[in-house]
Amino acid sequence: MSAELPYRVVIGLEVHVQLLTETKLFCGCSTKFGLPPNSATCPVCIGMPGVLPVMNRRAFELALKAALALNADIAPFTKWDRKNYYYPDLPKNYQISQYDLPFSRNGWLEIPTAQGKKKVRLIRVHLEEDAGKMLHDETGMGRDSLVDLNRAGTPLLEIVTRPDMNSPEEARLFLEELRLLLRELKVSDCEMQEGSLRVDANINIHIPQGDGYVATPIVEVKNLNSFRSVERAMAYEAQRQYEEFRRTGKKLGEVPKATAGWDEDHGVTVVQRRKEEASDYRYFPEPDLVPVLVDQAWLERIRAELPELPSVRRERFQTQYQLSAYDAGVIVSQGLAFADYFEKVAQLTGDAKAAANWCTNQVLQVLNERKITIESFPLPAESLADLIRKQRQYNVNPQRAREVFAEMLKSGEAAETIIRRLGLDVSFSTEQLRELVRKSLASQPKAVADLRAGKAKAMDALVGQVMRETRGKAPADEVRRLIQEELAQTPA
Amino acid sequence: MELIEHSARDLLGLLDRGEITCEELTTAYLEAIRQRDTKVQAFVSVQAADALEQARRVDEKRRRGQPLGKLAGLPVAIKDVLCTQGVPTTCCSKILQNFIPPYDAHVIERLKQEDAVLIGKTNMDEFAMGSSTENSAFQITRNPWDLERTPGGSSGGSAAAVAACEVPLSIGSDTGGSIRQPASLCGIVGLKPTYGRVSRYGLVAFASSLDQVGPFGHEVYDVALLMEVIAGHDKRDSTSVPEPVPPYREKLEEPVRPLTIGVACEYFGEGLDAEVERAVREALEVYRRLGATVRDVSLPHSKYAVATYYIVATAEASSNLARYDGVHYGYRAKKFDNMIHMYSRTRGEGFGPEVKRRIMLGTYVLSRGYYEAYYLKALKVRRLIKEDFDKAFAECDVIAGPTSPTPAFKIGERVADPLAMYLSDIYTISCNLAGIAGISIPCGFTKSGLPIGLQLLAPPFAEEKLLRIARMYERETDWHQQRPRL
Repeated sequence: MSAELPYRVVIGLEVHVQLLTETKLFCGCSTKFGLPPNSATCPVCIGMPGVLPVMNRRAFELALKAALALNADIAPFTKWDRKNYYYPDLPKNYQISQYDLPFSRNGWLEIPTAQGKKKVRLIRVHLEEDAGKMLHDETGMGRDSLVDLNRAGTPLLEIVTRPDMNSPEEARLFLEELRLLLRELKVSDCEMQEGSLRVDANINIHIPQGDGYVATPIVEVKNLNSFRSVERAMAYEAQRQYEEFRRTGKKLGEVPKATAGWDEDHGVTVVQRRKEEASDYRYFPEPDLVPVLVDQAWLERIRAELPELPSVRRERFQTQYQLSAYDAGVIVSQGLAFADYFEKVAQLTGDAKAAANWCTNQVLQVLNERKITIESFPLPAESLADLIRKQRQYNVNPQRAREVFAEMLKSGEAAETIIRRLGLDVSFSTEQLRELVRKSLASQPKAVADLRAGKAKAMDALVGQVMRETRGKAPADEVRRLIQEELAQTPA
Repeated sequence: MELIEHSARDLLGLLDRGEITCEELTTAYLEAIRQRDTKVQAFVSVQAADALEQARRVDEKRRRGQPLGKLAGLPVAIKDVLCTQGVPTTCCSKILQNFIPPYDAHVIERLKQEDAVLIGKTNMDEFAMGSSTENSAFQITRNPWDLERTPGGSSGGSAAAVAACEVPLSIGSDTGGSIRQPASLCGIVGLKPTYGRVSRYGLVAFASSLDQVGPFGHEVYDVALLMEVIAGHDKRDSTSVPEPVPPYREKLEEPVRPLTIGVACEYFGEGLDAEVERAVREALEVYRRLGATVRDVSLPHSKYAVATYYIVATAEASSNLARYDGVHYGYRAKKFDNMIHMYSRTRGEGFGPEVKRRIMLGTYVLSRGYYEAYYLKALKVRRLIKEDFDKAFAECDVIAGPTSPTPAFKIGERVADPLAMYLSDIYTISCNLAGIAGISIPCGFTKSGLPIGLQLLAPPFAEEKLLRIARMYERETDWHQQRPRL
């Protein structure tokens, strides 16, 4: 429970992601986004009379890959079921899905929270076909709605979590971690804007009472169109439930489950309907498809294809490069290409700490400013590594090094060239520096006395003289260290 | 014998020897349709121009000495439940009245590849739901042996077209007896292949786990020929089986020896017409004379077959027919207030009463609270029925019995009593539930001149043996050579 809230938030998510297959789940049509309406269709995905589905094995394998990475149990025998309901974007008026024997159950995803790692458990992961899209008339003229069936039949993975998330932030972290994982696996591009990742959230709150707690009725929140809106909607809905409970005293089980829509513009959830009874989808086994048998050999082959997972990479960066959990987290969460970039810089320089500092600060800042990814970052890992090496070689202070970095980005020149141009290519031996420091101390007895008396500000004057004498080329940190060393060696 | 009365086997001989051309043959059948079909009403559409063009193409191929397909120049009629590219495919329902498929069913592709002449589409019970072809939204097909009677159904048009010599070969579909029962009532041969033997791609679904496409002909040879063409694996149908297709005609004349014929007492119970029983028992005598052992087998769960069937088939149908909603193709109601109203008006106006009855039944048995008691229970019984056959076939090669408990019944006679109609399929339904193969061959006539059919059931993928066993009987009799006077 958050310290400031008088209740505990309980959230479970239902996530749909489109698989990155070339073709649809049961026919050969393209799954490409943004094609002209109804151009990526055929008799099968339009649901013409007499057509039959044929399972896309590639889609099934991608689904297996995702489930394995989510630590799920894979069923050796799985089948397809029909979910029957009428809607114009569902051409057959049934969806081929999985009901009682999904291809995977259980599993978990570890999320990095501020309080440490947390496992969010999964109930099941199953595969199904997507519906098409409705385009409703928004002119208010009461014109016909249109249907685009390009999306109909696209393979969709449904991931259902247990109610293991206890804050809006955890819900967002789960989604971020899931997206990171599925992108790195190349299972899905998880673009919420394009609808390749969709989330519904079930939420209620537990309010302490006596020795235990009371639970409020569960609300399913829909129309969540960004991770940020998930976080906002959860925070709003939790508080709304708390206030409603204080007003009505209604507990879980006393009112039917409700569905609410998130209104992004007004930042509120709007309860749409209470389900008096769950819809009856009249599920039954799909007679047009044969069950899928998953043997160990197949599973092992898919398992062997799995790349290093983000959670494993985070651990490795901490042990192999002695990164802090925070730095490892920041780097890994940028995705595989960014992590690879960091690793290359770390390996080329042999200085992982410096590599991590540069990557998580300067590089990331540029990426964010320019809204680009590491793939289009203009400095290759070799160049950044070169800068770090030259910085060390010439003892360039961090601020000047950042200037060199900025110059490199602007001009595309090598670090060495810029360092020379800026006249930073002078290196001082420790003995040379110590000589300059002694001069500075000797000429400023007041500053020395102040510093000894605890006035830290006085250090600036002492360092400043050395910098003036070297025209800013001395490494300030080193100078500072030497001043302290000298003072310690010569008692007042 | 008139030209049009020949079997496909004879016609292939005539064509091969150059005694007739495909064009002449096609013209003769088109003329037969013109003369006879006003009475029989087997066809719902005739593609005369396309058929003649195809016939000329085949003649041209033959003239040039190019390789010819197995059906080179033979007219074939197609039940209007199989999709034909560019040719209306209606399932004899108002809801698909103007539907023109953009693709060919697998079976149609195969027929075209083997140079068949596709002559027309035949009448059927709407969406293959029925046993008399009276449920067609368009017309009532008459039994060529007695125009007051039904040809059976649901493939009544395809069966009547062959029996009436309007076409030598035709294609039907069989979900609970819809090929064998009309074959029996029309005095011709009809085969329901093993489930998975023929691709269902392009067959408009009634009950997906029961539907199979199969052939009609005057003789066993004729259906063996069609089977060679339509059977085989098709990757577009996941339930089609990659089992090689034997050349069914090659050993057709070789008797099966030793041969054990199983007889199930369950197929000789109450409701079986005495004349039908006598004819079937005489057929068993013929097999005995041919050296076969005839022994009793038991199919104890067959009494549940009709009930099981009407749960499984209607459940699947309720879902399969959900797509006919007026949104994407087919009939749409003219007037409606909103989307739900559009659905209900479209379906209310587009479907006939039997189809509605089955959609309601199927929706009911799949509903929450009833699913376990009906649908799941039916699946369990279905398994028991299958196990009955497995046990029986351990003791015999085929199971013989009547195809239908009665000969052709009068038009209108059973329309008001759906249950009586459902019982027309009492002997044919188990075969579909078990997914095995079955054939109906002519085995006699009633005193009043109505054909009687003998049903032979065989284990999965034993069609070759089944056809040979059927041919053993056919060689000894001349029922298959009888033609109605029209």
